[in-house]
Amino acid sequence: MTNNFKAEHYVAPIDETPLLATDSLKSDQAPLSLWADAWHKLRRRPLFIISSLMILLLVAIAVFPGLFTQVAPNDNCDLQFSDGAPQPGHPFGYTFQGCDVYSRVIHGTQASLAVGVLSVIFVVIIGVTLGALAGFFGGWLDAFIARLGDIFFALPLVLGALVITQLPFFKDNKSVWTVVMVIVLLAWPQMARITRGAVIEVRNADFVTAARSLGVSRMGSLVRHVLPNALAPIIVLATMELGVFIVTEATLSFLGIGLPGSVMSWGNDIAAAQSSLRTNPAVLLYPATALSITVLSFIMLGDALRDALDPKSRQR
Amino acid sequence: MTTPDVRISEAGGPATRPLLEIKDLAISFATGGGEVQAVRNAHLTIMPGETVAIVGESGSGKSTTALAAIGLLPGNGRVSAGQILLDGEDISHATEKRMIELRGNTIGMVPQDPMSNLNPVWKIGYQVRETLRANGRPSGPDDVAEVLAEAGLPDAHRRAKQYPHEFSGGMRQRALIAIGLSCQPRLLIADEPTSALDVTVQRQILDHLEAMTSELGTSVLLITHDLGLAAERADKVVVMYRGNVVEAGPSLDLLRNPRHPYTQRLVASAPSLASRRIQVAKEMGVESDELLAPTDAAVQEPEKAEEVLRIENLSKVFKLRSGIGRSTDFTAVDNVSFSVKRGTTTAIVGESGSGKSTVAQMVLNLLTPTSGKIVFDGVDTSTLNNKEIFAFRRRVQPIFQDPYGSLDPMYNIFRTIEEPLRTHKVGNRASREKKVRELLDQVALPQSTMQRYPNELSGGQRQRVAIARALALDPEVIICDEAVSALDVLVQAQVLNLLADLQSKLGLTYLFITHDLAVVRQIADHVCVMEKGRLVETGSTDDVFDSPQQDYTKALLNAIPGAQLMLPPEVARA
Repeated sequence: MTNNFKAEHYVAPIDETPLLATDSLKSDQAPLSLWADAWHKLRRRPLFIISSLMILLLVAIAVFPGLFTQVAPNDNCDLQFSDGAPQPGHPFGYTFQGCDVYSRVIHGTQASLAVGVLSVIFVVIIGVTLGALAGFFGGWLDAFIARLGDIFFALPLVLGALVITQLPFFKDNKSVWTVVMVIVLLAWPQMARITRGAVIEVRNADFVTAARSLGVSRMGSLVRHVLPNALAPIIVLATMELGVFIVTEATLSFLGIGLPGSVMSWGNDIAAAQSSLRTNPAVLLYPATALSITVLSFIMLGDALRDALDPKSRQR
Repeated sequence: MTTPDVRISEAGGPATRPLLEIKDLAISFATGGGEVQAVRNAHLTIMPGETVAIVGESGSGKSTTALAAIGLLPGNGRVSAGQILLDGEDISHATEKRMIELRGNTIGMVPQDPMSNLNPVWKIGYQVRETLRANGRPSGPDDVAEVLAEAGLPDAHRRAKQYPHEFSGGMRQRALIAIGLSCQPRLLIADEPTSALDVTVQRQILDHLEAMTSELGTSVLLITHDLGLAAERADKVVVMYRGNVVEAGPSLDLLRNPRHPYTQRLVASAPSLASRRIQVAKEMGVESDELLAPTDAAVQEPEKAEEVLRIENLSKVFKLRSGIGRSTDFTAVDNVSFSVKRGTTTAIVGESGSGKSTVAQMVLNLLTPTSGKIVFDGVDTSTLNNKEIFAFRRRVQPIFQDPYGSLDPMYNIFRTIEEPLRTHKVGNRASREKKVRELLDQVALPQSTMQRYPNELSGGQRQRVAIARALALDPEVIICDEAVSALDVLVQAQVLNLLADLQSKLGLTYLFITHDLAVVRQIADHVCVMEKGRLVETGSTDDVFDSPQQDYTKALLNAIPGAQLMLPPEVARA
């Protein structure tokens, strides 16, 4: 080194930062897929733990109502107990018709949950299929599906449901299935839109081009590469919509255009409790609370899932 | 620990005090897995008017150190030890108020990515004015225009009224430099200011930055991964590795006598400094001997080699929408012809927008040419039916630029490499697994990688997985679209070596698309230079590099950072 240099040439001792092989593999961690990674994050989130425990409980109630109440909901209705106060064995009191409120809330879970789950299943099938096709192929197919969706999107839910349920077929066959059909008809565009957006985001990724140049067909690359990578927002929306659909069913039943009176559901009970709101508000309170807790659980679960599946929060 | 890296000698005179002095700096980040040390024992001294470069690979802590100096560490990061002295004042734990005072008019910053660092909803002029106003300087339209004009933006008054999307990448970077220097700071931190730009633009911008800072007497802290660029632009170079400063000194001295093994490694693999054909270097016995297996490819070369790919008068015109029902034609590729011989590497070089990637897409049969022919192994690829295209795909495979985008994040490495085999129904599950293991061996990844997912691998490792996937069907031609551009220098050298190695072992033909002439020098036998869709120069690599015929080629060659630096051959070859 000549003296012209104003600065010294400093070299760190080599043992301070031992030289590693270029680009060596970290091999101490267990392999993590997206789902394993999400599970890893989820199982420590209180939001997720509470909401999934609530949902498990609700499912158990819906499938085995007999485990939670020995009282049959309709058989022992006795007008002498009309609007009666809680008694041992009947913790929530009696309805105007003298039926046990607790038993009705328990048995109403089944219909509410069934409508929610069935609606979500069909909305996912229809919405994801149409949305994925629209997003992946674009062009006139996209335009057609988007306009079709807009038609249903423009119908306010209650108004649309009112019109549809007045059609002769729906009027004559009131059941869980007709409610599901109404909800699916009005709700699939939302799912299709989300899917379309997610698919468009993924379809131009290099790995899709790579798959195509390996010889994978267009449909093959849609099913095997694009859709699995677009799944996260679909799952989140489906979870949240489950809660929303349960409310929708209650709304429709409350308006008298949902489930027939013979089917026990929270919506029907809320509608029936209307008349005794002043004399016995508790009758309204219990099915309404059950409804709120259920919806809240699903929306909380959706929130937790959204955080866990967010690709931006994944390491690199 | 040891003495600080760079000190003023007696000859320099005791009067001047360093503008920025970083002493024993340690920075840690709070993460889900506890406290992680990102930087340890960092030393750094910048004298007034001096340019100092920090060089290191991604994750070496170079940007973190610079961000600490301007007090912009991310929320979970903190200075856990050491001092940052700005003109004698310790600012490592300064209050936010004090830092706001300093930012802008004492320390300026030019960020890395010109595409995301300008707010798209505000006019350029507004964004300059914001900076001027925040630092209490005159901020009339003339002041704004002056600042922009100084940064080399022509027609500054009109430009100030435009939005970022109306600017090219180079112009945006000029606007960012204008903002960084608008308040005439005493220290400018430039974090990879040109890594997103073409080489010729990079050269212009750095020249201009140099002229401006020397005129204002501004000190510059330049952060870069490119040792050649650092040596060319900075008075002193600080090399960081795994969070430590491993070597520091005057740039030429450090380049000529690298003492730390990491710096030696960097100098040896910097493409701009040590460029020669890897294959040739091997034949000279420079590379280790086990890589030197005598090969068929070497025997075939060159006169017997047959033509595997011929491109004749290829053109591609895109229709751009310009209003309802109207469209203008944009010629992306204009009458391009060249041919590729079996077992050789042909590089297509050009800046962004030159149409080189469009050529690659058409050769891969992913885009249909507007006119012209692509003849692969004697057959015009446009005449192939679906079944023949399927067979064609087996023989021509791509490797893409972005190692983070080209692997499906939902597939583990085994499924990724197995996919081509499964798609083409090669073998049964057991034989496919065996093949995947072989392929991983070929690209020097441990077989345990099979169960991992792309997000657990580094960029270089992902690119090796992509190479393994491309090799799975034993293709004849591999099209590398900027396959090493996104990688750190050392990793890049490693991948290039691997590619050269595989070529000699398997007799592969490469079509190598790149903007980096230094890489071309290392890997290619023939070069096609493209400019604005047209082929301006073709020839053997040596001819094009030694006696370029076109001005455009000369400009590209001159723009390689560090090209002018003379190195003793033993260092370059080490």
